[in-house]
Amino acid sequence: MNELVFFINNVVISGTVAGSIYAIGAIGITLVFSIMRFAHFAHADLMTFGALMVLMFTSLFPGSGALLGIPTPLLMLPLGMAMTAFLAIGIDRTFYKPMREHGVKPIVIVIASLGVTLMLQGLIRLFAGTGSRSMYVGESKGIYRLELPFELASRPIVITEPQITLILFTLVAVIGLHLFMHRTRTGKAMRAMSDNPDLARVSGINTDKVVMVTWILAGCLAAAAGTFLSMDVSLTPDLSFHLLLPIFAAAIVGGVGHPYGAIAGGFLVGFAETLSVFNWAVLLRPIRHWFPEWVEIPRTLALVGTEYKIVVPFFILVVVLVWRPTGIFKGKVI
Amino acid sequence: MLANILNKFPENFPLRELVVAGLVFLAVLLVLISQGSAYGVRMLVEASCYAIIALGLTIQWGYGGQFNAGVMGFVALGGFCAMLFSVPVNDAFWSTDLPGELGRAFVWLIAGVLLVVAVSQLHRFGLSKRLRTVLTIIVALITWMVVKSVFAPVTSAIENQAGFIGGLGLPAWIGWLVGGLLAGLVGYFIGHICLGLRSDYLAIATLGIAEIIKAFLKNEDWLTRGTATVSPLPWPTPGPAELGFVLSRSIYLAVTAVMIVAIFFLLQRAYHAPWGRMIRAIRDNEIAAQAMGKDVNKRRLEVFVFGCVLIGIGGGALTTFNGIFDAQGYLPLNHTFLVLVMVILGGPGNNLGTILGALLVYIIWVMSEPLALYVMHLYADVAGSLFGWEAPANLSSRALQARVFVIGLLITLVLRYAPKGLMPEKLTHEKG
Repeated sequence: MNELVFFINNVVISGTVAGSIYAIGAIGITLVFSIMRFAHFAHADLMTFGALMVLMFTSLFPGSGALLGIPTPLLMLPLGMAMTAFLAIGIDRTFYKPMREHGVKPIVIVIASLGVTLMLQGLIRLFAGTGSRSMYVGESKGIYRLELPFELASRPIVITEPQITLILFTLVAVIGLHLFMHRTRTGKAMRAMSDNPDLARVSGINTDKVVMVTWILAGCLAAAAGTFLSMDVSLTPDLSFHLLLPIFAAAIVGGVGHPYGAIAGGFLVGFAETLSVFNWAVLLRPIRHWFPEWVEIPRTLALVGTEYKIVVPFFILVVVLVWRPTGIFKGKVI
Repeated sequence: MLANILNKFPENFPLRELVVAGLVFLAVLLVLISQGSAYGVRMLVEASCYAIIALGLTIQWGYGGQFNAGVMGFVALGGFCAMLFSVPVNDAFWSTDLPGELGRAFVWLIAGVLLVVAVSQLHRFGLSKRLRTVLTIIVALITWMVVKSVFAPVTSAIENQAGFIGGLGLPAWIGWLVGGLLAGLVGYFIGHICLGLRSDYLAIATLGIAEIIKAFLKNEDWLTRGTATVSPLPWPTPGPAELGFVLSRSIYLAVTAVMIVAIFFLLQRAYHAPWGRMIRAIRDNEIAAQAMGKDVNKRRLEVFVFGCVLIGIGGGALTTFNGIFDAQGYLPLNHTFLVLVMVILGGPGNNLGTILGALLVYIIWVMSEPLALYVMHLYADVAGSLFGWEAPANLSSRALQARVFVIGLLITLVLRYAPKGLMPEKLTHEKG
């Protein structure tokens, strides 16, 4: 039974957490990709920026979350989201929009977004240093240990407060996004523009407004993902660089332009990662007696070592690009 | 006024080239005078290695319009091959029976690959495609675990008994060439997958493969000693111990300069040849080129692989000159984005512009380090005396981050205001 608890702790919970982070990030990527038609590399740095803003506000007003009974970073999250959305719109106005109007190839904007990545990283490290920080200023992270009511299970299931809020936030975000995209005029305009920008423009849709709403959504979601990830682990300036590949893999697996695909892709990538670094020998040991005598269960039986975790999203990306470049939900190949 | 002066020159007069070359010359002279000749020559050698790498990227980006965001990985591959071929033979490894065991492990690997390929062809014998796919995945997983378990004891034995497998004791230039070939091979696989799709996908995939190559070189201790690093790497030319710093580095510079001239000459020939015209036609109007019967994807793959080969060779030369193979020393900033700035600032598609851009950008890059520190300390002093602002302790590590910002700003500004670089690609139009 302890083995099962181990499995739940190491695969179910951490897979869900990683999947939620990737899913929230991938929604932003896929929105930008389908509406402005370029791969936005600076997205992961928007996450770091959002987390940094939240940390800044948290250090300014430490302990203010206790008034409402929630952790302070969570209280400051809307502020961080607003800042990140502003930053995203600002970046678009200064760098991407002039290039778009200039009619350059999309790949040039991709390179510009890499330039923006470097600028953001440079600024973040210049002002926040290169070390890692905890998001909790003068508070402690809530950790829940759920004892199982079985005789054999002596270990508890461990889940932390930010993990629970993250999963709840993902649910709310998904439902909210669905309602927004299907029930509101702006959401419908976004879908129209993602299908055919020229047709959308001639039918009187304000494309500038759609672009702005896209950046607001992308910025808010990025800030949330970055904050939850930093609350779960810690805030490091190079947080973003390791996230970039899984997020892009998730967006492409799900089909570019499909927010639901991005969610599915995010969870697929997240679970694939945790499943392939999971040590399966732990699960095999209790059923040792079912195997013939000569079979020897090795001490570690993981598909890849943790140091090669990054290979997993890349492998998924390659498989999808070879077999089904449209993604599992038939997105666009643009 | 300026236009009047400019108009006095004949149309073909290479004014722009002369001005940029003069700038580069002035910068080199300044460094040589202010930092001493040993330092100056070292910087020139590094800049020339970067120029080779930049030429590789200018083929991909300038000629072919494909964006490689993982130059670092190909540079690291070149460096790895240079290390593997040039480092002296490790007797502690070869005198034991470990080479035989390692060979056996590789036989297992080859057999495993053959088995998986064989299973993936089962549909030719009447098996349904769905069943074949499922079977292939299962067999591939099992083979992977078996091969992994065959390799694990051998590699850990090598790490414990011999440290690492050592080199082959051959001249370094063989390693450079093989490094180029290996980089080209990896480029072929990536290009084969991504070049049929939009160039964004290539950027994402190259970014990923670069990180994977780095992770591999960092963690396979039996092959590269991992974080323990391998040094010294023997030079193909007489080393500093025999001739002193200035002379030995000058000879090395001569070698890299000859390489640049040779590559430059070949590239110019290719650029003006029908092949170069075809590549540019594909870059500028893919649909028209396709309508003229050009095999777009195949040509793109050619360009991409050529570029990767050059990047690998340049990476080998750079690593050998540094004298140390450190997988963690390959950074996206130094080995991807710096090269990118060289290319887009110098002029993508213009070989001379790329070389001059590489020299200029590298000199500015190297010199910006003390400059950034100086500015930061000055600022901290002023702010400290005026407002009582206390500078953080890690000021110097932060000052270097300012350069990251500047590189990023440079990329976006050049793309926005001078997308053709300092020396734009010269398009010759047929007259008449």
